[in-house]
Amino acid sequence: MASGGEVKLFGMWASPAVRRVEWALKLKGIEYEYIEEDISNKSKDLVKYNPINKQVPVLLHNGKPIIESLVIIEYIDEVWKHNPILPKDPYERAMARFWATYSEDKCRGAVREVFFAEGEKRVKAIKCLEETLRALDEELKGKKFFGGENIGFSDLVLGWMAFWLGVSEEVASFEVLDPKKFPWFTSWIDNFLKVPVIKENLPPRDKTVEFFHSYRRLHLAAPKC
Amino acid sequence: MATEKGEVLLLDLWVSVFGQRCRIALAEKGVEYEYREESLLDKSPLLLKMNPIHKKIPVLIHDGKPVCESLIIVQYIDEVWTNNPLLPSDSYERAKARFWADFVDKKIYECGTKLWRLKGEAHDEAKKDMIEILKLLEGELGDKKYFGGETFGFMDIAFVPFTAWFYSYETLGNFSTENECPKLVAWAKRCMERESVTKSLPHPYKVYEVVVKLKKRFGVE
Repeated sequence: MASGGEVKLFGMWASPAVRRVEWALKLKGIEYEYIEEDISNKSKDLVKYNPINKQVPVLLHNGKPIIESLVIIEYIDEVWKHNPILPKDPYERAMARFWATYSEDKCRGAVREVFFAEGEKRVKAIKCLEETLRALDEELKGKKFFGGENIGFSDLVLGWMAFWLGVSEEVASFEVLDPKKFPWFTSWIDNFLKVPVIKENLPPRDKTVEFFHSYRRLHLAAPKC
Repeated sequence: MATEKGEVLLLDLWVSVFGQRCRIALAEKGVEYEYREESLLDKSPLLLKMNPIHKKIPVLIHDGKPVCESLIIVQYIDEVWTNNPLLPSDSYERAKARFWADFVDKKIYECGTKLWRLKGEAHDEAKKDMIEILKLLEGELGDKKYFGGETFGFMDIAFVPFTAWFYSYETLGNFSTENECPKLVAWAKRCMERESVTKSLPHPYKVYEVVVKLKKRFGVE
């Protein structure tokens, strides 16, 4: 087990951003205390450590808070240097960061659009989502993982798509994960989910589907501005 | 001169805050490079080839290999040319710098766009948001010389290009940055004492001219 001071993680069980931090911690064998937050009733501590956006995940290392999952993972990688998550070469690092940013800036928005869209808007949204899948599929050509032979930064950040995209498909009744259209990406999903640290650290599927059903219902029922 | 590390080309647009970040970083490191102005309405074949996914500037091309996304480019520059480090050496300080640079990315550009693009209630909302964002940033700066402390660094580079837009935000939003955030204004003046910054940032009036043109083009008076 990797030592190096007291580590706490404020999280929420269904959140992909929290889970990717847990994957990073577990890959490094770092012991940590996990604190489950009720998002509808945030703890005083969460608000104290993240007054800016009051969101999870928040990592607390020796009492000092680090926020934003991508920033947290880079922090973890720099403090605990064994089992590196980011490559050493500056160009490879830039590529890893590029695909991580792509996940957050493009893929999440694209899935969200499909998830909440109906009718004509959904058709358009699915086209956008498929464009992102095409880009990811292209990047994965000839590779097992985005990181190469082993999972790396981009895999951890994009990893939500290996589980939560399938959940979204089920909840919102759409289908984009076609192995004929995206053979490399769908293989990546299979390979990623087989990695022990990932396989052993996913939320229960039924409970997650139920959670996102409620989330979708609430959002669609809310008055539109 | 830091030229031994290969040929460097920057595809950019003069008014882009994102491009300016890269120019400042390259200047801080003393890296010689070729600057190429792109037209957004007529993108060059090189830009489309080097950034096929987003087709956007800035793109740094180092020995023929493209790096995209301004904050990723600045970190790449910092890691290849190791003189005059831009990110702090302490891991916690680095995390803070990355967080605040990401905050600037997520908040200011979008809010600034709303200020020139929207009218009425939505515009007033954007003005409130902009002042709040600037105050939060001022809170983070505190009484420090720069966001990085005594040395000008990553977070300063991420944010300083937006200071050329303060005049536009003030005019559009009818507020005074000096009144709302005096420490930020003082910080901006300190940054402007650096050659890397003065050489890279446009004059605020030139930025405002662009905003006026954009408003006309989008029919927002």
